[in-house]
Amino acid sequence: MIRSRTTGPRSLIVVCAAFVVCLVASPPQAEQSPASPSADRRSDGLAAWQQVYMVLTHQRCINCHTATNYPQQGDDRHRHFANVVRGPEGRGVPGLHCATCHQEANADSTGAPGSHNWHLAPLSMAWQDPHDQLLSSAELCRVLTDRSKNHDMDGSALLQHHAEDKLVGWAWEPGRGLNGLPRTLPPLSRPQFADATRRWVEAGTPCPPGQAGE
Amino acid sequence: MSAASTAANDLLLSRRTFLRVSATAAGGLLVALYLDGPVAAQEASQAPPKPQIYPPDAFVNIRPDGTIVIQVNRLEFGQGVHTALPMLLADEMDADWSQVIAELAPAADVYKDPRVGMQMVGGSGSIAHSFQQYRELGAKTRAMLVAAAAAQWQVGPQQCRTEASVVHGPSGQSARYAALAAAAAKQPVPAAVQLKDPAQFRLVGQAVRRLDSRPKCDGSLKFGLDLDLPGMMTAVVAHPPVFGARVKSVDDKVARSVEGVREVFEIPLAHGTGVAIVADKFWPAKQARDRLQIDWDLSAVERADSAQLWAQYTALARTPGHVAVARGDAQALAGMASGNRVVAEYHFPYLAHSPMEPLNTTVRFDGDRAEVWAGSQFQTVDQAAIAEVLGLQPAQVTFHTAMAGGGFGRRATPDAHVQREAAAIAKRLRGTPVKLVWTREDDVQGGYYRPMHVHRIEIGIGPDSMPAAWHHVIVGQSILGGTPFAAMLVKNGVDATAVEGVADTHYTIPNFHVSVHHPTPNVPVLWWRSVGHTHTAFVMETLMDELAARAQMDPIAYRRKLLDPTATKLRAALDLMEAKSAAWRRKLPTQHAVGIACHASFDTGVACAVEVSIENKRPRIHQATVAVACGLAVNPLTIESQFQAGVAFGVSQLMAKGAITLTDGRVEQRNFDAYTPPYMIDAPVAVDVHIVPSTEPPSGCGEPPVPVIAPAVVNALAQLTGTRYRSLPLVAI
Amino acid sequence: MATYQLTINGQRREVMTDPSTPLLWVLREDLKLTGTKYGCGVSACGACTVHVAGVATRSCMVPVSMIGDRPVVTIEAIGQDPVGKVVQDAWVSHDVVQCGYCQSGQIMSAVVLLKHTPNPTDQNIEESMGGNICRCGTYPRIRQAIKAAAQHLQ
Repeated sequence: MIRSRTTGPRSLIVVCAAFVVCLVASPPQAEQSPASPSADRRSDGLAAWQQVYMVLTHQRCINCHTATNYPQQGDDRHRHFANVVRGPEGRGVPGLHCATCHQEANADSTGAPGSHNWHLAPLSMAWQDPHDQLLSSAELCRVLTDRSKNHDMDGSALLQHHAEDKLVGWAWEPGRGLNGLPRTLPPLSRPQFADATRRWVEAGTPCPPGQAGE
Repeated sequence: MSAASTAANDLLLSRRTFLRVSATAAGGLLVALYLDGPVAAQEASQAPPKPQIYPPDAFVNIRPDGTIVIQVNRLEFGQGVHTALPMLLADEMDADWSQVIAELAPAADVYKDPRVGMQMVGGSGSIAHSFQQYRELGAKTRAMLVAAAAAQWQVGPQQCRTEASVVHGPSGQSARYAALAAAAAKQPVPAAVQLKDPAQFRLVGQAVRRLDSRPKCDGSLKFGLDLDLPGMMTAVVAHPPVFGARVKSVDDKVARSVEGVREVFEIPLAHGTGVAIVADKFWPAKQARDRLQIDWDLSAVERADSAQLWAQYTALARTPGHVAVARGDAQALAGMASGNRVVAEYHFPYLAHSPMEPLNTTVRFDGDRAEVWAGSQFQTVDQAAIAEVLGLQPAQVTFHTAMAGGGFGRRATPDAHVQREAAAIAKRLRGTPVKLVWTREDDVQGGYYRPMHVHRIEIGIGPDSMPAAWHHVIVGQSILGGTPFAAMLVKNGVDATAVEGVADTHYTIPNFHVSVHHPTPNVPVLWWRSVGHTHTAFVMETLMDELAARAQMDPIAYRRKLLDPTATKLRAALDLMEAKSAAWRRKLPTQHAVGIACHASFDTGVACAVEVSIENKRPRIHQATVAVACGLAVNPLTIESQFQAGVAFGVSQLMAKGAITLTDGRVEQRNFDAYTPPYMIDAPVAVDVHIVPSTEPPSGCGEPPVPVIAPAVVNALAQLTGTRYRSLPLVAI
Repeated sequence: MATYQLTINGQRREVMTDPSTPLLWVLREDLKLTGTKYGCGVSACGACTVHVAGVATRSCMVPVSMIGDRPVVTIEAIGQDPVGKVVQDAWVSHDVVQCGYCQSGQIMSAVVLLKHTPNPTDQNIEESMGGNICRCGTYPRIRQAIKAAAQHLQ
């Protein structure tokens, strides 16, 4: 969200120009205008991060970003039934792989969600603590931007992951559950999520201050 | 010899049947069902009943190739009778065991349980009740084969001996059973036979592997659900969301549009009405049911609610109920100081049996006759119920007993509700075989649960640290009320199955008062493997542990001191368990604890010690040592299996998601995700089983494993956490 | 309704059925292979386990339309597999079964475990077999049989 301030036609043009620059996917540049100091850019980025955080901590995403040896399921994020476990590669174990039930697409007739390459996010990308509590906004931001943990993804790689990865995209087409009802969706659409990610990346992926648990 | 058709199907459960109950020397209940007619006069004079003569040819068929087919007079649903009963017969018969095949007998008078008088499996009575019967059948068959050979050889029968399906004469003659079968069938059936001395047993007492193992491991064994008949249709039923509700209106347009759906119609149920869908196959039937729009009339039914029931039951438990036991001085407790009292309240939820094979029945109605296939624990009752729905006599209903994927009591229903549904559907589709399938959701939500219970106990502890006074109130639905069994097992307002394990405790407790309330919420209930012992053993054995701790006595020693000296089986089991577990109990790792429990049920004494730690906030049962006193062990391999697996079944009561709950009349759980049975990690890792050597007649092993495990585990947990768990299931430790 | 060409136990089979039909019911009712069992229909119990392209698969959860040409192996054919035969023999020699209804699924899961992990630890066994329900409770003997099979396969 861009913090409201006095805008004139020149600022508007500058903003549009900045948008066009981003569409061409060149490295984000801070737009310097006499009325936009880097603090504004940072706070825009933090605002965008909050939107990203809201999506990342939605059940459709966080249920597979666990810190434990099991996935979660459901809007109440309970431990996945049938004692399925993470396994050495986040794909389960022989006899009880993710693919034992989850196919390449949702199976609405049986209630099994599915997507390409269904598996758990690595432990380095856990967005919860070992007691299934969500990481704070500050802590999750730090984890997400830590290239030693995130498979060496820089800002544009993160953006691509959010905008284009098939398994990530499942969150917006999650199919129907065992009760026949459609699974709930993240609070933003995927394009909105991608856009928020872009704005956050353009702002230099700022993280809010604070310790874990704040 | 060929299997005779049993024409005597007239002797079925009728309204004028009655039960006679007497106590056995061992302290259990002997239920004998006597039928109408000539026996009534006997009853009046109190003379002992005439022994039944069972025709061997209904039980044994020797084929020309030497195969021996033995009919098993009750359902095999995992307990191992399919092997153990034929062992008894084959041993007395001196049959070549490698040639024996067992079949589950169809419903017929001759296959009724000889003590209970109906064809059934339950009460852990299979071996106990048919032990003598199957031995006699084997001995008579042998006698007739020998008589035939002796006649051929012109020698005396006593000069012959038998071994491995061969009769040997005194002068080197020999003849295979298969060759003698036809002649033997013409021999008179002896009225009395000499049974083997146990020292002569070749099979009985040996660890004999199951006959049904291989086909259960290669996919070839057909369970009821696997049945496939030409032209068969599959049906599912939409049951009301609240027990007993009725269909007000149905919009089946979308349902009927599912390809493969043939018929959609309302049917009466045991409680209320439902809608049946008949289709070519299961999946379209289920899809169609999911698309039915049913408006249910809930106006006339009570909506049971767990929260309300807990409140009601808890209040009732503080008032005296119908008296089950009143021994000694009812005022003794009042005279004891409050510092010497233990007051405890226990909560037990509804439990579903959930056998792995969902309930199913196949019926074909042809107008003047019908044919049924079902994995039934209650063939006599089921056959009669189906006949009634179809307007037939039971003799006109051929009832095949299918192998069943578990039962635990669920496949024995006095009201035969599933069979009645199937019959109602088959009636409508006359001429077409219809397989009724209950889905897992139907099963979890369909009622017939182990009832909810509250117990409230006040114990006055004497100066010797032993209980000096004991007031016990139990609250829970009567299982037998409203059934034909009520006449004999509900007396003075007390359903015996609700108090068994407390009322008949083997602990010597003076001033012992037990009473019970039987509320009647709108929830169908049923016996769940070990019935009353499921909750009474938990109460008794956890209280014993508390009392032992208060007395600062070893839990085994405390029990031994308190047990009635005449409780020989239970004492023997306790002693054996103590001996066999001593080594590991003395060497526990840190954060591990031992839990002890002992309990007698169905005339069998069981004691166990478990080693428990807490992992991921759940009890982890590293090992269990179980000792059993069950009289003669017919097949120790089966008995070991029953106890290894039965204690895993008993863990059901501890599972965090191991409760059926209702809110506003609706069952909240739908499937195993929300009502969760034990998985491998929940069960003991290893169970060593020890059988007290005995030559006494065998007593049951089907249910006795179940009651001891939950209290033993909880007793161990109490040491690890300092908490006494009195509410099941164990949601949080 | 649609037609599917499936490879079942090494044979090409053609079925015509609704695309949403789980593989389980195609096996049981269209192909009359009833060894694979219906226990819950929601993949919580494992009684429906088959192998699809070598992966243990809960056939109650997978619509037939998603199988494609991946080869399917069921309990009826697993005895022809060298690991499958050893597992079945171990099950019989250890008298594992009680009612037996879950055992097709248990065996199919155990075979995949042993193919991937020839020398499974207790933890391996618990993790791989941990999603199969045996209501009778034959778990202790299942553990023993798997270990015996593993030894035999050394």
